[in-house]
Amino acid sequence: MKEKILKNCRIIDPSQNIDEIGNIIIDSNGKIKEIGNKVKIPKKSSDIEEFDCEKRIAIPGIVDMNVFVGEPGFEYKENFRTLTQAAFAGGVTSVVTMPNTKPLIDNVSMVDFIIRRGRDKSNLNIFPAACLTREMKGKEMVEFGLLTAKGIIGFTDPYQVVQNTEIMSRIMDYASDMGALIMQHVEDYELSKNGCVNEGEIATRLGLQSIPSIAEKIIIERDLSLLEEYPCRYHINQISSQKSVEVIRKNKKNSKNFTTGVSINHLCLNDNDVGDFKTFLKFSPPLRSENDRKSLIDAINTGLIDVITSAHKPEDEESKRLPFAQAATGSIGVETLLPLVLELYHNKSIKLQKLIELITVNPAKILKINKGTLKTGRDADICLFDLDEPWKVDVNTLKSKSKNAAIENKTLQGKVQMTFLKGELVFEN
Amino acid sequence: MAVIKKTSAIKNSPKHLLGIQNLSILEAQKILNEAKAFIKLNRSNTKKLDTLRGKTQINLFFEPSTRTQSSFDLAGKRLGADVMTMNMSNSALKKGETLIDTAMTLNAMHPDLIVVRHQDSGAPNLLSQKVNCAVINAGDGRREHPTQALLDALTIINRKGKIEGLKIAICGDIKHSRVARSNIYLMNMLGAEVNVIAPKTLMPDSIEQLGVKSFTSMKKGLDSCDIVMMLRLQNERMQGSFLPSKREYYEYYGLTPDKLRFASKDALVMHPGPMNRGVEIDTKLADDINVSLVKEQVELGVAVRMACLKLYCK
Repeated sequence: MKEKILKNCRIIDPSQNIDEIGNIIIDSNGKIKEIGNKVKIPKKSSDIEEFDCEKRIAIPGIVDMNVFVGEPGFEYKENFRTLTQAAFAGGVTSVVTMPNTKPLIDNVSMVDFIIRRGRDKSNLNIFPAACLTREMKGKEMVEFGLLTAKGIIGFTDPYQVVQNTEIMSRIMDYASDMGALIMQHVEDYELSKNGCVNEGEIATRLGLQSIPSIAEKIIIERDLSLLEEYPCRYHINQISSQKSVEVIRKNKKNSKNFTTGVSINHLCLNDNDVGDFKTFLKFSPPLRSENDRKSLIDAINTGLIDVITSAHKPEDEESKRLPFAQAATGSIGVETLLPLVLELYHNKSIKLQKLIELITVNPAKILKINKGTLKTGRDADICLFDLDEPWKVDVNTLKSKSKNAAIENKTLQGKVQMTFLKGELVFEN
Repeated sequence: MAVIKKTSAIKNSPKHLLGIQNLSILEAQKILNEAKAFIKLNRSNTKKLDTLRGKTQINLFFEPSTRTQSSFDLAGKRLGADVMTMNMSNSALKKGETLIDTAMTLNAMHPDLIVVRHQDSGAPNLLSQKVNCAVINAGDGRREHPTQALLDALTIINRKGKIEGLKIAICGDIKHSRVARSNIYLMNMLGAEVNVIAPKTLMPDSIEQLGVKSFTSMKKGLDSCDIVMMLRLQNERMQGSFLPSKREYYEYYGLTPDKLRFASKDALVMHPGPMNRGVEIDTKLADDINVSLVKEQVELGVAVRMACLKLYCK
């Protein structure tokens, strides 16, 4: 590989506290060689490939902690190839894949399969998660040790919670010793059963069964109480409401050690957007009120939320073209994660550096992976984007195999121009 | 950026009757006026018109119903339409056909009207996007039952001469009731004051946002009301631990002559049926022709549905 130089770019790398105009040199092994405003541009030569970035922004390749890839079992929704294209087009270079495939990823042989398959079909950095419990039934824990040894990054029962407190306590106790990361979907099943929208006026008007925000709060409170007894690596996948933010604030004050994520959907949309039964806006947890949305933004600004994810959940048309109560939850999002994140900067909700931190270095730290940074010597995973370029979301041009985008036809500001993976240019606008 | 918009939860495209929400007052009045003419016709010897001759009406019922279904059936026939009733509760849907597929199939038969009842809120809205004819909602989930509200309004107008200025109480399982929701919208629109009365577990969240006062006590809620609408308490609600027992429910929320005295002297009682006698309403009260409008509701239901079919048919 030739050496590359990205010159004249605004480098934002929260892991090194950098926000400056400078140059990045990538060595022939695809690692960052030099970075910053002091880097001199070498003389032109045929050995060096040059990219003039025209003051566009270069950030570490995005790390998305919550992505569903349809393999195995749901290839008609998404496969490694389409996911990879979508991710690169969105500046995402590392993903944590969810284990709710068919069959489920809850044993060692499945891990082998997924890692091999991912490697064969994709050059994206794939970090597979495994189920927290066998068959996602919430009853027996999986083999944390063996699975971790095989390369599992974390454990989660996607969109499901371990309802039994005794079992959850044992899981946390055992996992702590293995150093396993637990990523919990926080939602009391009994309270959320059959529900599909936020509790409130919208639910009453639409005549839909609601999911109260207390369903989320109660599990967070339970788990954080357990965490006191069984300290382990604990991450909350997504929170959606003000009530949850309050619980997290209280517990962070008591210097408890845990991390929290939020999906970009809950930062940019609210329950009003559900409108006339738009099933693309059905989420788990559901979109909450505008007050809840604002409290989530506030929580990011005060450091209570650590990670923003896309909660990328491709669904085929047949799963969405149904009466609202029967429709599947979720939206695709890996490709539009960064532009939506930038919306929060453009509307002055959150500072740009903070936002970049939540999609690069923070998830990498939680996952304990060498990503989300542009430090010298690390893999040159770089996302280069234009902060202001306007564009309209057209589902037909999105790369994902499924077209269920909650932000269909939305006008966005900011677009990825180039994505580099280990020094290779893998996407160009 | 998610700004709070004024709730545009449901859109009533002009050619469908999907709900009272966003139905304009003029449209509602037009239906009611049209229906008045049919009351007389239905009481006469020759009940058949040829208004909808050559038109095809499909009644698509995904949920069992006797009253609404037969009322729409009769209404269509009296207007001269060819009426086909499809009872879907044990049909293709169980074979895995989706609502959309059913809609496409029926649409290919060129109906002029589809009357639909479905257990899921919003199902008629989805259906209406996929067919070329008018869709009339005959009850969807717990969202709306527009023709029931319209027939209730007509019944009240028939007796009291008007709705404006009246005080109306709706009592019972508000949470799961589409009848309650449609009536709240319509009675509010026509200028009545609406109270809703229910035990807390059967009261939906943020109900006041719909423009009503909510009460948990019959005594307070019925105070000086002109109309008392009782709702059916579905038996299955007992299992979901919404209520301790039928006995206790009757004690606190069942309408008895004693409780009716809290309302105004000439208060009238309504019920969308079918009634659970001795659970939500005292059996004698239900049959007392001086206060109970139950039979009239059924009668005028046909007139209202005729009006809807006529006005919404292309």
